[in-house]
Amino acid sequence: MLDLLWLIPALPFAGSIALIMSGQRISRQGIALVGAGSVGLSAVLAALTAISFITSPPAGHVFSQTLWRWMEVAGLKTGISLSLDPLSLIMMFVITSVGFLIHLYSVEYMREEEGYGRFFAYMNLFVGSMLTLVLADNLLLLYLGWEGVGLCSYLLIGFWYRDPENGYAGRKAFIVTRIGDVALALGIFLLYTQFGTLQIQELMQQAPLHWKTGSLLATTAALLLLAGALGKSAQLPLQTWLPDAMAGPTPVSALIHAATMVTAGVYLIARTHVLFSLAPAAMTATAIIGAATLLMAGCSALVQQDLKRVLAYSTISQIGYMFLALGVGAWSAAMFHFMVHAFFKALLFLAAGVIIASVHHERDMLKMGGLRRQLPIAFWTFLAGSASLSAIPLLTAGFYSKEFILWQAWASPSGGIWLWMAGLTGAFVTSLYTFRMVFLIFYGEEKVKVSENPSAYLKVPLVILAVLSLLSGFVQMPQTLGGLSLFNDFMLTALPAQAYAAPNGAELSLQVIASLISLAGVWAAYLLFLRHRAFTEAVAGSTAGKIISKFWSAGWGFDWLYDSVIVRPFLWLARINRDDFIDLIYGGTTWYSEQTHRFLSYTQSGNVRWYAAVLAFGTVILLALVIFV
Amino acid sequence: MSGEFGFLLAGVLFALGLIGVLIRRNIIFILMSIEVMLNAAGLAFVVAGARWQQPDGQVMFIFILVMAAAEVSVGLALALQFFRHFRTLDADAAGRMRG
Repeated sequence: MLDLLWLIPALPFAGSIALIMSGQRISRQGIALVGAGSVGLSAVLAALTAISFITSPPAGHVFSQTLWRWMEVAGLKTGISLSLDPLSLIMMFVITSVGFLIHLYSVEYMREEEGYGRFFAYMNLFVGSMLTLVLADNLLLLYLGWEGVGLCSYLLIGFWYRDPENGYAGRKAFIVTRIGDVALALGIFLLYTQFGTLQIQELMQQAPLHWKTGSLLATTAALLLLAGALGKSAQLPLQTWLPDAMAGPTPVSALIHAATMVTAGVYLIARTHVLFSLAPAAMTATAIIGAATLLMAGCSALVQQDLKRVLAYSTISQIGYMFLALGVGAWSAAMFHFMVHAFFKALLFLAAGVIIASVHHERDMLKMGGLRRQLPIAFWTFLAGSASLSAIPLLTAGFYSKEFILWQAWASPSGGIWLWMAGLTGAFVTSLYTFRMVFLIFYGEEKVKVSENPSAYLKVPLVILAVLSLLSGFVQMPQTLGGLSLFNDFMLTALPAQAYAAPNGAELSLQVIASLISLAGVWAAYLLFLRHRAFTEAVAGSTAGKIISKFWSAGWGFDWLYDSVIVRPFLWLARINRDDFIDLIYGGTTWYSEQTHRFLSYTQSGNVRWYAAVLAFGTVILLALVIFV
Repeated sequence: MSGEFGFLLAGVLFALGLIGVLIRRNIIFILMSIEVMLNAAGLAFVVAGARWQQPDGQVMFIFILVMAAAEVSVGLALALQFFRHFRTLDADAAGRMRG
């Protein structure tokens, strides 16, 4: 079964090529069949592969498959080769399953769109690239997938290309992530010059042998990889592209900008965790960036009016949790939260898509309200996703993953009380903004009439994802609740776990605090946004409230900062240098020869006597030269 | 009589001829001035031949004579065509090929 691994990324690629080649020639049913079918087959294969991997694990818990040699230049041997271990298995499973559900949803959601085939071609290409990224066994192939998902992100954000705003958002995403990509490329070059290989397995074995913990090279390499991850995962200071990326169709936001692509950075760090273990400074940086990002994005989510932008900031914030976990060495906690987050965030986006489509494409939450009765399926699934996002205790998957992260942030030797406090504050803000959404959209007075009800294609993915985002947490339970650790044990061969000799009582009390905090967030949201709306509006309407909400709403002014520090000066420079100053050399040559030409053409007067005079003069000069020189 | 006087005469004649070419506008006079220059050159050859007791100077003068005859025949033919075309003998009238 494992031998069919190559088919998993190959099928979506084939689907994409088929859709691109066929253009307008096949019907919409055909497009849907190829587009969703290829990913569906991939998902089935991935599930079968996972079963076979778990029941009869290959030697060393790593299965490698070389398809062909890619290039062999001056000692660099790179193959198109895949490698499957528990880490990439989880990623692969989530990408194909969530990807398939979103494709299924898109079949209906995008039905009226003009570029139906184009949409599925891009989506398939994205799934293929992402699978290449996670299955690659060398850094070069990983980079290929990395760039592939970046390209698809650009294409899909600008899917409705007739509106220049969307094109601008696409370019912004592409350029901002490019900064990270350059750092990642530099990191790969550094690793190659030091170890002479790009095979990830080999690198991870060699690194601890050659580099001392905390050495300059190890720290530089880890920081470069971190910078790459920051760009792709929209963490501080490269987070500005993600809220604007909501210009794309909703399924794109669900698949790329919530569930899969943005977690590529998390995967990269988990994959190269050996390097990060050698660089405590980079680990600390990761944890602090994660903590800062989760707080900052949480506050921004709190004041957004656009439903999709709330979810975008929430994504940034949740990935901040994953970075926090990575930074304290809780690798498998980060992957666990990644998996759970993929389920509930995809669910929230898809439910948001249903809501937005059924209220005449209105995205402003303040103009919605009381949709609970009109859209029961959307309400219940959105509620399940929200509960998971705000980590409602015991019931939801989000509780188990977030609790896992918070506990590790507290107990890990590289963690500490400040990181734990940041995570806890973030948890409060998370449930506050999440239930602000729920109360604003589904409760209160009915402000709009629902124009259409979702069809089965839209409902099925919602229900499946809702079940997953509630139940997927039960594979990993904390010590205090039975201590089931299927997920952690499974990841153990790929990612080392940390053992803490902390007293059981501490864990329990921390859990109780975290649970109370997230419930308090929900309660506060109820008070502020449902019960005492007038009070909240008064606070928001006061001078200080206005300033803060404007500041948060604009994403803490990062766009403004980058605009005035980088974009405007660059445009200004470009404007003064419009006639490229290097062109002066070439322009000058032209000017000089033109002037000479004009001067010489005066001598061609057509006057015979003038010619004779010049001839005589020339002869005199020549004679003088012959005689005197 | 020394050779210097002959050379000086040849130089003065040549200069006069050149000035004639440069300042005369009538095409016939230009041709005549060229003739003066050719003869000045011939005189210089003859004087040089006498000065160094060599026959080559006189040989060269014969060449110049022949060439001058050919030049005059072509030049006069050109002058005729010129007059037919422009109805004048002013050389400056043929300045249309400027530039």
